[in-house]
Amino acid sequence: MSLQIVSPTGGIQPLLRAENVSLEYGGTRATHDVSFDVYRGDRFVLLGPSGCGKSSLLKAAAGFIAPAAGSIAINGAPVRGPGPDRIVVFQEFDQLPPWKTVQENVMFPLLMTKRVSRHEAAERAMHWIGKVGLKGFEGAHPHTLSGGMKQRVAIARALAMQPEVLLMDEPFAALDALTRRKMQEELGRLWEELRFTLLFVTHSIEEALVVGNRILLLSPHPGQVRAELNSHQFDLASAGSVEFQAATQRIHGLLFGDDAAATAVASIAAQATAP
Amino acid sequence: MSLVLDPPIRQEREYTVAPPSLRAADPLPPLARRAWQQSWLRKTLILILLAAIWEAAARWTANDLLLPTFLQTASAFIDGIASGELLDRVRISLAVLVQGYVAGILAAFVLTALAASTRIGRDLLETLTAMFNPLPAIALLPLALLWFGLGKASLLFVIVHAVLWPLALGAYAGFQSVPETLRMAGRNYGLSGLRLVLHILVPAALPSILSGLKIGWAFAWRTLIAAELVFGTTGGQGGLGWYIFQNRSELYTDKVFAGLAAVILIGLLVENVVFRPLETLTVRRWGMQR
Repeated sequence: MSLQIVSPTGGIQPLLRAENVSLEYGGTRATHDVSFDVYRGDRFVLLGPSGCGKSSLLKAAAGFIAPAAGSIAINGAPVRGPGPDRIVVFQEFDQLPPWKTVQENVMFPLLMTKRVSRHEAAERAMHWIGKVGLKGFEGAHPHTLSGGMKQRVAIARALAMQPEVLLMDEPFAALDALTRRKMQEELGRLWEELRFTLLFVTHSIEEALVVGNRILLLSPHPGQVRAELNSHQFDLASAGSVEFQAATQRIHGLLFGDDAAATAVASIAAQATAP
Repeated sequence: MSLVLDPPIRQEREYTVAPPSLRAADPLPPLARRAWQQSWLRKTLILILLAAIWEAAARWTANDLLLPTFLQTASAFIDGIASGELLDRVRISLAVLVQGYVAGILAAFVLTALAASTRIGRDLLETLTAMFNPLPAIALLPLALLWFGLGKASLLFVIVHAVLWPLALGAYAGFQSVPETLRMAGRNYGLSGLRLVLHILVPAALPSILSGLKIGWAFAWRTLIAAELVFGTTGGQGGLGWYIFQNRSELYTDKVFAGLAAVILIGLLVENVVFRPLETLTVRRWGMQR
């Protein structure tokens, strides 16, 4: 086996803790007995094929779905509904109210939670719009923007709230491949700068390896934890490397039951990486 | 000879991309075609054509009592405006209409907000609209007269009934078609109940609400004119419907037509001065409606 041995977390408490979470939709089980810990500064990825309940887990963390069993807690306090300490970036473009301009969209949650004055909200919005590279578009309405720009607005809106955890539900899945790559790159850059805590849902193995530092692998129908892996060593630059290919193969094997092959490939990769 | 056709292998090339120079604007198209692009001009043309057909038909019938000509109607209309009589009647009708319309909108808002935030409110709205929407407002007039007597209260009752149900139905349908993602985004910021309705649902459902407002306005107008035709005057002050009814009994057919023209003109005015600019400023600008 190629499980890495790392030192224990050294007494740090996790920021978000999911314990034996089971989610149900009208009697059918979406996830079964899922547990994971997200630490401050993590880029934690929930990865799995469709039907593994990864989006449902994220929505449960956001407070939109109550678990049928188990619990989700932030800083030790159980999640009891949606709240501005956990801002979600959705996949769908209609998460942006079309009647608000880019700047108003970013200001919206700041004003709704009454954290800052209108004037300060406007200033903060401009700052974050600049950060995601949309300077000059603050007066535009969402329907005049491209898909990638809309997702940038949603990311700026989420970051402006400075949430405890940023929840992203396949945020780049509806974008074209070129834009998706660019957005992954920029998300990485933003994280390098701001070190926010990210819980990221995706069905793409490559995206999981590039975006995340730790990956929770879920099997489908119902979603159960298949593995929990590290991926902090990968970024877009290493995407073509042998190690990256091996990691991809290993995850593919874990997901689709091809255990023997996966282990073999992984051990070859482990030998290749060994100094 | 082989039937498989291999495309030739060609030289690879790389180019440096410079910003393209802007093409000079096309010369203006001829005046006639530019004018045809204006929707108000096309619509005016349709109106002129209809007036001409009317004039021709009236002259051919040659019976002022049954069908006065367009010009006769126009002069009766201008006389009515000049003498102040027609304007007075319009003012009386509009005053009642606006009061009833606003009351209807408020009632519809309360009902739909309740329906959007509670389950029992939803059941209430669905039951009530199913019961009362098919019921013509004017059919309630005899009952209203019994309850509220001859007067404004009865008129307001039937107008509210005419506005409330189509508007509530439209707004509620609009609320239901608000994308789930947008609702979740709102709830994510801690919005719920009335704040979610005001900040998310109402603006997101605005296309449906606007069309509900238009239908409600039309229904209110029809109901008011019909009600005035039935019981006419309130304390010696009749509205536009009473004006039409009175002149019909006195066989001033041109004045009857002038009264009808006033109803139509107000309809056109409200559509073009209130609803259309409202749409341009909101749902069209936001890309929610073409």
